[in-house]
Amino acid sequence: MTQMTDPTGAPPRPPFWNDPKIRAIVFQVVVTLGVIAVGVYLVRNLMHNLEVRGISTGFGFLENRAGFAINQSLIAYDQTSSYGRTFFVGLLNTLLVSGLGIVLATILGFIIGIARLSRNWLISKLAAAYIEIFRNIPLLLQILFWYFAVFLNLPPPSEALSLGDAVFLTQRGLYLPQPMAQSGFGWTVFAFLAAAVASYFLVRWSRRRQDRTGQLFPAFMVSLALLILVPLGAFMVTGRPLAWTVPALEGFNFTGGLSVIPELGALLAALSIYTAAFIAETVRAGILAVSHGQTEAASALGLRRSWTLRLVILPQAMRVTIPPLTSQYLNLTKNSSLATAIGYPDLVSLFAGTTLNQTGQAVEVMAMTMAVYLAISLVISFFMNWYNARMALVER
Amino acid sequence: MKMRTMMTVVSTVALAIAAGTAHAGATFDAVKKKGFVQCGVNSGLPGFSAPDDKGVWKGIDVDVCRAVAAAVFGDASKVKFTPLTAKERFTALQSGEIDILSRNTTWTVTRDGGLGISFTGVTYYDGQGFLIKKKLKVKSALKLSGATVCVQSGTTTELNLADYFGLHKMKFKPVVYDTADETVKSFEAGRCDVLTSDQSQLYALRIKLAQPDSAVVLPEIISKEPLGPSVRQGDAEWFNIVRWSLFAMLDAEELGVNSKNADEMKTSKNPEVKRLLGVDVIKHGLGVNDDWAYQIVKQVGNYAEVFDRNVGAGSPLKIARGLNALWNKGGIQYAPPIR
Repeated sequence: MTQMTDPTGAPPRPPFWNDPKIRAIVFQVVVTLGVIAVGVYLVRNLMHNLEVRGISTGFGFLENRAGFAINQSLIAYDQTSSYGRTFFVGLLNTLLVSGLGIVLATILGFIIGIARLSRNWLISKLAAAYIEIFRNIPLLLQILFWYFAVFLNLPPPSEALSLGDAVFLTQRGLYLPQPMAQSGFGWTVFAFLAAAVASYFLVRWSRRRQDRTGQLFPAFMVSLALLILVPLGAFMVTGRPLAWTVPALEGFNFTGGLSVIPELGALLAALSIYTAAFIAETVRAGILAVSHGQTEAASALGLRRSWTLRLVILPQAMRVTIPPLTSQYLNLTKNSSLATAIGYPDLVSLFAGTTLNQTGQAVEVMAMTMAVYLAISLVISFFMNWYNARMALVER
Repeated sequence: MKMRTMMTVVSTVALAIAAGTAHAGATFDAVKKKGFVQCGVNSGLPGFSAPDDKGVWKGIDVDVCRAVAAAVFGDASKVKFTPLTAKERFTALQSGEIDILSRNTTWTVTRDGGLGISFTGVTYYDGQGFLIKKKLKVKSALKLSGATVCVQSGTTTELNLADYFGLHKMKFKPVVYDTADETVKSFEAGRCDVLTSDQSQLYALRIKLAQPDSAVVLPEIISKEPLGPSVRQGDAEWFNIVRWSLFAMLDAEELGVNSKNADEMKTSKNPEVKRLLGVDVIKHGLGVNDDWAYQIVKQVGNYAEVFDRNVGAGSPLKIARGLNALWNKGGIQYAPPIR
């Protein structure tokens, strides 16, 4: 800092403690240091208190034998597995219900949202009633309703509802025949992969051709046919190398085949129906945000009504819809932790519940659980932001 | 996030903030200062701890806390109850939210060693059993292979279940719920064939069924479940008071002193009775009044009274004393002498 007056006659620079730029930096540094200091104090205090009270710390417990059984696991698990394994079982179960929930809620939400704007009085009122009912009832009540009033009221295994003696629906779950690949099934898989690659190039080619010549090619239908017929052909030619294990009632329960537990069904139904109501409103808002002139312009060009919606309205509506849609996806994922109310073995129920209680290491377990939800949410956010940037209006 | 999870988080945060000064006698001093005992109990298990129709907490676990209050303050009503689920209980005790955990909790080595808590004694010797629908006509737990089993989360029950079925090479599917109420409700709805829990609880849960006669308790007991109160480590004085409050009730039963005759017994010739009731003053060094045991017996009762009115013949549960009879009456309840 110089005390000399500036020879050019400009006003003298203020002393550094009055310089707004320097002040701003100083205050930010002070606040940051303060936050770090509080954080360090809390962590040190916590470690000290845990030690004084003789509570074990550290993540060593993750390698210990868990010793309890789990109802639904996507990876191999038995009671000799470790607590670390229960973490992954819970995580995958959470991802399973959230992933399926997001897909179902999106499909249902778009249908209801578009139906809400239908010119048909009955359809639009039905959609409105759906939205008002499901978004105004607390989610936990809906989960309990689906579980105790719907799924547990299905017939017991001895009186199972059956479809062709292969599919059974009971209060203990849905039982499906399980396909077992025999030798030679690899060809079918290979044929499917080949068809997938072929349809990718087909779609690219048809889009380029349309850009160049304006001619349409039914790429969607053709690739769909490719994806179904080619593997099916390979399957037939190699002599149908697939065996089915059919579930059968044996003792207390059905055994064999694939089973879907009612807890998953109830949770999935409640989460997707609840979130779909919010998504529907988001979609409606997005569509209404597209000016009516766009529809008029489309019909002036002679586009069909269904094409107008698909090619003109929805792509523009998406720009408004995606950010709130992201929030709904995040909500659904976090709401899936209500699973613990009905005994679905998700991360909160399994890891932040049973594992926490068996090990007593609340700090580590809760920290891991919160970190996982944070990570899942950030990934969803990141993906949706990327998608949003892609969909955003490109100004030329 | 769920309320319960929130509670765990809050407790963890409390543990982080609480100034780290756990000197000997910290809990005892704090209890005397605030003027009541904060006791963690089950949110609703008939016979052990459940509020009655007037909202008054009743049960064998509840009475243990009342006994401690009687010993410390000479007033059994100076106790407040915190209802806890199985999942929340240890965190609540570790973080100092409660002073005693008296919530049908099994005494195990990992809990004594790794959780920073100590069990002070055994209020009830229990064992794990199975409750099954009568119409399934199963007479033995060894015939349960393939069954779906309802169980409460975060308990030793969950571990024993897996051990027992693993040992006998039987298959099962667990369905795990947070609270006893949910477990019973879904057992009743037919989600599972069997409900497993400590036998005393099975009897208590059975009377919650719409038709209690539709289910039976199987004879097998698959585990040892000594249930007792626990306290935080690091306060030996407090540990002693909680431990001896229970012993006083047992000793009183052995000496034939109960809430009705406690005053007359003060004139007894028996030196053991005199020492118990504080007529002959001994150097007990517990840091409480000399009539501490008298107050427990007078206000709460001896062990037999507590047992009978909560889970025994005088209660709807009608559980026999069995293992919980005194050592000289065929059971294993035994308290060191007060001298």
